[in-house]
Amino acid sequence: MRIDNLTVRFGGFTAVDSVSLDVPEGHIVGLVGESGSGKSSLARAVCGLVPHTGLVSGASRPQMVFQDPYASLDPRMKIGESVAEGLRGLRGAARDAEVARLLGLVSLPAELAGRYPRELSGGQRQRVAIARALGARPDLLVADEITSALDVSVQGAVLNLVRSLRDELGVTILFISHNLAVVRYVCDEVAVLHHGRLVEHGPTEDVIGAPAHDYTRALIEAVPRVPRP
Amino acid sequence: MPRTPSAVAGTVLVALMVVLAVIGPPLWGDEAARIDATAVLQGGSAAHPFGTDNLGRDLLARVLVAARYSLLLALAAALIGGVAGIVLGALPSVLPRRGARFVTGMVNALVAFPGLLLAMFTAVVTGLGARGAVLGIGAAIAPGFARLTQTLAASVAGADYVAAARMLGVPRHRVLARHVLPNIAEPLILNLAMALGGALLGLSGMSFLGLGVQPPDYDWGRLLFDGFGRIYVNPEVALGPAAAVALAGIGFNLLGDALAKGAARRPAHRPDGAAPPAAPAPDEAEVQPDAVLDVRGLTVSFPGGVTPVRGVSLSVGPGEIVGLVGESGSGKSLTAAAVGGLVPYPGAVSHTALRLSGEEAATLTQKELGTSLAMVFQDPMASLNPALRVGGQLAEVAQVHQGATRAEARRRAVDRLGHVHLPEPEKQAGRHPHQLSGGMRQRAVIAMGLMGTPKLIIADEPTTALDVTVQRQILRLLREVTEETRAGVLFISHDIAVVGELCDRVVVMYAGRVVEELPVERLAEGAAHPYTRALLGSLPDMDTDRSRPLASIPGRQPAPGDVGDGCAFAPRCPLAGERCESSRPPLARVGAGHLVACWEAS
Repeated sequence: MRIDNLTVRFGGFTAVDSVSLDVPEGHIVGLVGESGSGKSSLARAVCGLVPHTGLVSGASRPQMVFQDPYASLDPRMKIGESVAEGLRGLRGAARDAEVARLLGLVSLPAELAGRYPRELSGGQRQRVAIARALGARPDLLVADEITSALDVSVQGAVLNLVRSLRDELGVTILFISHNLAVVRYVCDEVAVLHHGRLVEHGPTEDVIGAPAHDYTRALIEAVPRVPRP
Repeated sequence: MPRTPSAVAGTVLVALMVVLAVIGPPLWGDEAARIDATAVLQGGSAAHPFGTDNLGRDLLARVLVAARYSLLLALAAALIGGVAGIVLGALPSVLPRRGARFVTGMVNALVAFPGLLLAMFTAVVTGLGARGAVLGIGAAIAPGFARLTQTLAASVAGADYVAAARMLGVPRHRVLARHVLPNIAEPLILNLAMALGGALLGLSGMSFLGLGVQPPDYDWGRLLFDGFGRIYVNPEVALGPAAAVALAGIGFNLLGDALAKGAARRPAHRPDGAAPPAAPAPDEAEVQPDAVLDVRGLTVSFPGGVTPVRGVSLSVGPGEIVGLVGESGSGKSLTAAAVGGLVPYPGAVSHTALRLSGEEAATLTQKELGTSLAMVFQDPMASLNPALRVGGQLAEVAQVHQGATRAEARRRAVDRLGHVHLPEPEKQAGRHPHQLSGGMRQRAVIAMGLMGTPKLIIADEPTTALDVTVQRQILRLLREVTEETRAGVLFISHDIAVVGELCDRVVVMYAGRVVEELPVERLAEGAAHPYTRALLGSLPDMDTDRSRPLASIPGRQPAPGDVGDGCAFAPRCPLAGERCESSRPPLARVGAGHLVACWEAS
């Protein structure tokens, strides 16, 4: 997947300013930056949800997983119906089997298909949203702050799932987060966005280990740490 | 639906009307149609309580029989208006942009048009009579419905699940049918109940003006029209239909109102527990003689046996920052709210002791509480009035609590704003909250707390909505403020890393109870409770081994209504044995300043 000179404008405000970025197949590329840096606008532009100029190539079937798992599932639809929404040309038993397979991919029992979102925890809902996205067989998965609305105890499990999607299914992922520790753990490459511009991009070890830009250094500096004696 | 007198009255009235509509014509139909030349144009009498009309027909029977026709016409008008309005309102979400704009513009124009005029115009164009009146009232109702549908649909169309459906390639009309309409159906149906009352009144009005039902048919409006000429001679002949119209109109409006209110405040989850459990025995906790906050056995319960906070004891020393950490639903925020006296109704707070700087909180006046306690919340906009300038809001604290003059208060406000490192405090004081960034707002809220001489600052997730870089600045500021003022801080957070970086002491809560309390130096290596250790393990930091999966905690925290007798963490705990299931471990001392509630922790 390749992004060329992508620009997103809202009226007179430029949210994303001619960003070019390569996302190699089967890799997880992290996109970090503070709120207002243009991360989410970039993600939505890649998915065709906001008007933009510039070229996005190699991602013909992008899918997105949203930050708030309480808002991204229709409260009036059963889990199975939500997951099945992206499945084309499948009916009856074949459809149910595919839903069960997708739920299995995100380590959820198939019985959940008959439940409503309100009966699920935040972590389970986020898994359902991932299963729904996988059902469309995406060539790019955009994960927009998918763990920031989750409790710490389930965040770990969702991050493990993201890594296993890459390792076992070879899914290409654009992983957006403001938490550098999370990005460091999950991503192969890191891109740093500041005021809509890409200020640094490279393999995770390099960007975190030897940051070249002042803003990247400030971000790394600001990550809270539990003191170790 | 709430059981208020008005809701009951509405239900009873509507039920009566419906019953009348069903049984009226078969019971009194003959009498209403019987012509009696000997009793023409009579006033009220024992045989004819409401009198008779110009053909000697009994007016009471006619009013009772007319209920069916009046209600059916109103129903038809409301349905026509509702359906037309919903279709008009939903069209913009399926039409291409240009068509959508046209429909939206049309709805806007129709909404601006007076309803009664629209009704009369339609009625005249479509022909005098019941059909014209129904279409007219329907046309008058439709624009309001269209506008409501449009607004509701627009809010749902912005939801993430609609964006997800669009990315999955679901066509627009299916998005409308599957996602949008089901999620806005409830308010639309409620509105339809209200529109029914309006349609009834409107139709009666049209008939009364002679534009509606024409003889030999009759509805309440027509009966009113017929009787109106005699109102000065026999007022009772007009009274019957007038009362019927009024009662039905009031009934439908009360019912619609009650339904809407009921939908608005439906509880998310109502466990069917019996009486609330007795307050649990307080646990032991660190006691400091000079503590600025000392709480013992704090319990918060809600009706229905839900007890989100169970016997929590904690203390905060002067100049000390105590972190209260736990998942959502652990009761940490309610604990903070209870200390500040801010538990929402109908929550009940009990404690064996709640002392601020050694004084019982109950004996403190509002003024003392207002200056010795400062609270900082997650959303600074919730603490700042968007309509007032920042400086004025801060100054108010000094004026109300300390009796300062305007000028003094203003000077102090600017001084405090400078104190929290707001650049150009003089200028910021003159700005409105929305002109400040999130971090600056949170600084302003902290400055507001510093207007008094706080002995305790309660900070409930103050940095959760902020970026890491801004979060760091706010954490530094809190540390600086504590060192300078010697105030104690109770810092609530779900992020154990933030707590670890800022606090001196950490208190971990799970399912309403304190499960571990320890000095921050011991947090990384010396945490003893399996839950604390799991929290630390599931959080990646800058040194986490990237080749290994993160630890995660299976299952979920029990809801406040489902906490059993044993250790609440036992179902998720790798160490749990039989004893953990049956009896709850007390909070026991395992080292200096280190308390743990676990049977298995060594």
